[in-house]
Amino acid sequence: MNSKKIVSLIPKVILIVLLLIIINIQLSTTQITGTLEQGFIYSLLALGIFISLRILDIPDLTVDGSFTLGVAVSVMFAYNGHPFLGILLSVVAGALAGMVTGILQTKLNVQPILAGIITLTGLYSVNLHIMDGNPNVSLWKKETIFSFFEEILPENAPVKIIVTGGITLIVIIVVYWFLNTQLGMALRATGDNEYMVRASSINSDRMKIIGFAIANALVAMCGGVIAQYNSAGDANGGTGMLVAGCASIIIGEVFFGKHTIVSCILSSVVGATAYRYVLSLAMSIGMKAIDFKLFSALIVAVAISIPTVKRFVVKTYNRMRDKGGKVNA
Amino acid sequence: MLKLYDVNITFNKNTVNERKALSDFNLNIEKGDFVTVIGSNGAGKSTLMNVVCGTYGVDSGHIYLDDRDITRLKEYQRAKIIGRLFQDPLKGTAPNMTIEENLGLAYGRGKKRTLAFGISKKDIVLFREKLAKLGLGLEDRMKTPVGLLSGGQRQALTLMMATIVTPKLLLLDEHTAALDPKTAGKVMEITDRIVKENNITTLMITHNIQNALDYGNRTIVLSQGRLLMDIKGDDRKNMTTEKLMKLYSSSANDVMTDKMLL
Repeated sequence: MNSKKIVSLIPKVILIVLLLIIINIQLSTTQITGTLEQGFIYSLLALGIFISLRILDIPDLTVDGSFTLGVAVSVMFAYNGHPFLGILLSVVAGALAGMVTGILQTKLNVQPILAGIITLTGLYSVNLHIMDGNPNVSLWKKETIFSFFEEILPENAPVKIIVTGGITLIVIIVVYWFLNTQLGMALRATGDNEYMVRASSINSDRMKIIGFAIANALVAMCGGVIAQYNSAGDANGGTGMLVAGCASIIIGEVFFGKHTIVSCILSSVVGATAYRYVLSLAMSIGMKAIDFKLFSALIVAVAISIPTVKRFVVKTYNRMRDKGGKVNA
Repeated sequence: MLKLYDVNITFNKNTVNERKALSDFNLNIEKGDFVTVIGSNGAGKSTLMNVVCGTYGVDSGHIYLDDRDITRLKEYQRAKIIGRLFQDPLKGTAPNMTIEENLGLAYGRGKKRTLAFGISKKDIVLFREKLAKLGLGLEDRMKTPVGLLSGGQRQALTLMMATIVTPKLLLLDEHTAALDPKTAGKVMEITDRIVKENNITTLMITHNIQNALDYGNRTIVLSQGRLLMDIKGDDRKNMTTEKLMKLYSSSANDVMTDKMLL
């Protein structure tokens, strides 16, 4: 590592240390572990959005709907005594939702953003149907994957951390492996240069459909796990998930950049966790839960517009300086 | 080898901008031919390429490759047997992926993309060997994202990608036009070597008339979507740039007068 690289790391390290100190002062131990658990679960959401937003280079609005789809499927199966099947099927359901968006976009030539909105809107009804028309379903005293492991693992073990961390770790490994397979490489190339992909005898339409399926499978899995984690499912729980996921990815990229697959995956996971901590901190100093969406919207808007604002400031500064120089002369 | 029968394609049909890009176009290319294609702007050269590789569907007519009717095949399906280079060096490679990943993708041409690892150790040895032959030092930068390479390097890499699985047909659409003269010369040299080594049937569009005569064994001149001239054998040996230039500009004049009339 050269000295230049180390110098560029200093502000990031200071930022992380500062954040850790504030977290330690502001939050209680239960809050710290609770937020970490949530961070692990929401990493799945960030990884899913990373696949559509960064790899396919298309913002996919299906996310808000497929998250709730995952919640609905998982909560209903857990309610009827099949928590594991619930998670598995929420993944399948999410993949199907993603395929619908993909097919709309590629085979039927619907605008990418509109294709997502169409699926999202349709999913509102589908989700309510799955939840038998109830906007809320509680898993009070029902078995969830968490209660299952609580019985198996020794007493006093940090079950929730182990389960959420374990799931995230497995998903990270699978995503990393997949992106390095022939199929995964073709998927990455599709978002990078579609001309090249078609000229290399790859069906770019099929790749997009596969990409959206995987992205939404991960998002729905996140919804499925979070529902059992909270022991409750809400038909409106998915609103704002795309923006929250984008915020996570953007925060992560500040630390790790987006140069290699490893750094991208780390960005998603660490970003999602950091984002949850930021929310917890904001809550601990008095922010209300109803302001969360506004908060995430601001983070994304600000983070994306920073380069433009920076350019504008530099330009204005240079112009003022040049003007000043002339007056002085 | 490659046969086009009465191919018609019209852009902006039924509008004031209607333009016949290819009209009743016939062409027959033998196996192992290296055909250079010249013609003024709007003569239909790029349309010809796009029709052969499937970017545009034809209005009528048939295209055969190796006696197989490929008229209805999609672009990615034809890409299994057709290698292609664009004029824009940025189009042929994926900028955020490394050199070896790009080559790995190209090496899977025509095969099913599975869940096996994208690049094997054996592949890397092969890629290094082939890259070393280009003489651009790329073999030591296998992990570099392609976006960091120069236009010439990217075009040379694209050429390797298009031919790493020997295609039945190679299409070159002014692939050196966006490069500086020295780099263009080098890329042209590499092209000629690869085509000769593998005896690939090739169709090359160029605006450089010297190149059109220096390389290949046959030259065709297009004008207004038709085959104006087909120069091969002894005719071609006796052809000079001056003579060809006259023909070339006369075909360009046609378009000019047409435009003036409008």
